[in-house]
Amino acid sequence: MAALDRRIIYHFDWTLFSLALALCGVGVLSVVSATWGGKHHGIDPLVMRQLIWVGAGTALMTAAALIDYRALGTYAYAFYALAVAMLIAVAIVGHSTGGSRRWINIGILNLEPSEIAKIAVVLVMVRYLRDEPPKGGWNLLHMIIPALLLAVPTALVLKQPDLGTALILVLITGTLIFVGGLNWRMLVVLLLGAVLVAPVGWHYLKPYQRGRLVSFLNPQSDPLGSGYHIIQSEIAIGSGGAWGKGFLKGTQARLNFLPEQTTDFIFAVFAEEFGFFGSIVLLGLYSALIARGAWIARHARDRSGTLLAIGFTGIVFWQVAINIGMATGMLPVVGITLPLVSYGGSSLIAMMAAMGVLISINTRRYLF
Amino acid sequence: MAKFKRREKKRSVPKIAPRIAGMMAMIAAVLITAALRLYYLQIIDHHRLAEQADNNRIRIVPLPALRGLVFDGRHRPLVDTKPSFDAVIVPEDTPNLDVTIGRLEKLLGQNGFAKKIDDAEDEGDRSEYTPVVLDERLEWPQVIALETHQLELPGVSLQVTPRRHYLYDSLAAHLLGYVGEVTVKDLNRLPDYRMGDDIGKFGLERSWEGTLRGDSGGQEIEVDSIGRRLRMLREIPERPGNSVVMTIDLDLQRVAEDAIGERSGALVAIDPNTGYVLAMASHPAFNPNIFADGIPAAAWRELTTDPSHPLENRATQGMYPPGSTFKVVDSIAGLMDRTLTTSTSYNCSGGIWFGNREYRCWRKQGHGNISFHRAVVESCDVFFYDVGQRLGVDRIAAWAHALGLGKKTGIDLDNEKAGTIPSTQWKERRFHERWYPAETLSVAIGQGYVSVTPIQMAELAAEVANGGTLYKPQFVKQIDALDGSLVKAFPPVVENETHIDPQVLAELRSAMGDVVNARDGTGHAAKIDGIIVAGKTGTAQVVKEAQGARTKETALPNKYRDHGWFMGFAPADHPKIAIACIIEHSGHGGSSAAPVVKAVMQKYFELNPPQGVAPLPVPSDDTEPVDPLAD
Repeated sequence: MAALDRRIIYHFDWTLFSLALALCGVGVLSVVSATWGGKHHGIDPLVMRQLIWVGAGTALMTAAALIDYRALGTYAYAFYALAVAMLIAVAIVGHSTGGSRRWINIGILNLEPSEIAKIAVVLVMVRYLRDEPPKGGWNLLHMIIPALLLAVPTALVLKQPDLGTALILVLITGTLIFVGGLNWRMLVVLLLGAVLVAPVGWHYLKPYQRGRLVSFLNPQSDPLGSGYHIIQSEIAIGSGGAWGKGFLKGTQARLNFLPEQTTDFIFAVFAEEFGFFGSIVLLGLYSALIARGAWIARHARDRSGTLLAIGFTGIVFWQVAINIGMATGMLPVVGITLPLVSYGGSSLIAMMAAMGVLISINTRRYLF
Repeated sequence: MAKFKRREKKRSVPKIAPRIAGMMAMIAAVLITAALRLYYLQIIDHHRLAEQADNNRIRIVPLPALRGLVFDGRHRPLVDTKPSFDAVIVPEDTPNLDVTIGRLEKLLGQNGFAKKIDDAEDEGDRSEYTPVVLDERLEWPQVIALETHQLELPGVSLQVTPRRHYLYDSLAAHLLGYVGEVTVKDLNRLPDYRMGDDIGKFGLERSWEGTLRGDSGGQEIEVDSIGRRLRMLREIPERPGNSVVMTIDLDLQRVAEDAIGERSGALVAIDPNTGYVLAMASHPAFNPNIFADGIPAAAWRELTTDPSHPLENRATQGMYPPGSTFKVVDSIAGLMDRTLTTSTSYNCSGGIWFGNREYRCWRKQGHGNISFHRAVVESCDVFFYDVGQRLGVDRIAAWAHALGLGKKTGIDLDNEKAGTIPSTQWKERRFHERWYPAETLSVAIGQGYVSVTPIQMAELAAEVANGGTLYKPQFVKQIDALDGSLVKAFPPVVENETHIDPQVLAELRSAMGDVVNARDGTGHAAKIDGIIVAGKTGTAQVVKEAQGARTKETALPNKYRDHGWFMGFAPADHPKIAIACIIEHSGHGGSSAAPVVKAVMQKYFELNPPQGVAPLPVPSDDTEPVDPLAD
């Protein structure tokens, strides 16, 4: 057992570990900036909390790295059931901010079960998809169970309403099914189906969600209403220029022109102060993290390791793509955090735990 | 065989590696797209967005300069500037405009604010983040209501605007003038002015604009997303305008206006030793405060179309025939040119024949054998027909011009009128016609083509009073800074010096003294106990009467009735004040204008008791006053 431990330390994935912590560092800096109220105000309590999350997250990441990831398959359904239970609890006893009910108070922190749900969906999908697909790939019949497993948490998350997380759940499931071996013809059918269902989905959107879509297509149509966020975010990012306005010198964030500037729009805060240079560095960090995740998936010892790596790397990719796409005005506004950077305990800790699992997968390819 | 292979491949288990590779290709494409988008925003579009970021946070708040005050000759304020509060909104700072407007309308008990914003935006020249004025001159309770509900009214704020206030409403309105918002046309001409600035439009406000205005400043402030002021980045302080101290005396001005009353007319009182205007009244007048508030179109139309022309300053713009007051000019011209001596006498039979028509004296039965002195005192027309005839129109005109009649006095007011003093040359130029000698008779009694302004007549009275010095009439004594320190003083300015023989002056003054003080003088009504007032009455015909016929005044409808004149000065021996007054359509000057002049003079001597002369005869008992300092 002691010998095994030494090998774990020897093969520990310091690259991924450092990338994750570097991104957390960017996050803490950005939260400091987004909450900065001048020298006499000092550091905002939010920053202290974020630092605590980073500490707790690092511990959890390390712990996850040391655990054999194969155990996750064993407990996948139990974990999934727990996540769904928490989502139901939110619907009943959760408290709401800004019109949506997303949090449950568990004493020391407000837990956001939708963050847990992302991890649970990855685990449960991997558990189902870890067996080799039949010749020709999975067809419609094979997809009934994953579809049901996806539908339950997605419906609960939509109910909050949290369109962003629901979107991530769908995208990550799709990614896993695709990589896991979906029949090509089925893929085409599913994509076509999604296009056809879209207009029906429009019907079920809340008015503010529709407003966001309309103002995304034409932000100037309502510059003070729905389009406001997009315009202000673009102004913040663009006014940063090549090298940025400098740390704590951004005006858009400081003067509260940016909405949700510690969470959904934190990228704009960062890009305003660190410019194109900083944005590219941040994008580079994410690219490196994603590439490392893909590399781990490619070199994992078994199918479940590969799919787990794909699932967690996929969460990072989809959130980065949608969050930056939204902040730069390429996508409509949906509440999705920038992984490891945005303020928020649940998302940070869940994300770091996922990174720990990636490290575990990478470490254990030498062990069996 | 080939066919079988293809089927085999199709049926094979999908390999995971190529799918990961496909995923990675898609991911790379997405991340590169994001990088390109960032390049576009932060490098290509940077300039525009940086500007927008600044517009977001930096506002220019103008600091209008406090307009200078106006004081009377004794430093009593006549015009000041008071702060007034306007409710303004920056629509860009108001996330939910309809709700905010609804609340504001309820709070102020007003409506139509949405339309005002639309109008402002339709004009198209409103730049982003400039406030739109919704309601002007709020009452105190409204100001407080707005202050306390500030948080529920994002984008709404109070704007303090200094507003011009004329303390005595219409008092000296024509002289003080008024201010109004600068017009678009003026803006092209005046680079220092901005939309919404006040500018002097009339009277002193206009001619002393440069002194009163000062320089406006501005603040560059940083605001947050709901327009709350966070800090000041830069400030250019405003420089308040300087104050103008007038030569006008508030009390005298008030007495003059009260004495004119509801009648149309004008009065100008001048210090004959300096040319300083002590009072200048013109009635009907207007209230300049309505202009300071932004005059409604209907009120403006009413003012400009009013047949009694309330906007006209009759003192400098009203042209009237001087009537018999012109005999003062005849007298000076005749005596100085020796066509007339003090012993000259003439027989007035009530009229003289000239050509084929009779020119009548105002007194039907005639004055009989009449001397120069009596001719002035009783204003005999026939005597002065003769003087005029002997002088000829050109010599009358030369003297009248020298004394300042028929040309602008140069007072600092716009649109002063010159009037007309006819001459043969003038008629040739004007009508391409020769002068008929008979026309000289009309000129001699101040009728016909002769027209003068009241201020010119006041200047004439002043010249008789001071011995022939024509001063430029000035109504501003000095400019003071806001703290009261002297910036500039305006000493008297001599425009022309006419030599009048002291003996001639003595004769004329004596005659003019008797106009007021002698039993049969025409200017009786101007007599003041204890002070010798010298003067001359006049009656200016409004319509040319047919063949010199004289109709009884009271039989005529008002608008054809004669204007009454009085011009004079006091005390006769060393004059301190010279006045001319005209009351329109009032008939004889002796009965209408003379009492007005008397009232003003009386007030003047009440305020400035003449030195060396007992002020007013006090009924005294026989006991000698005991000088407490006497041994």
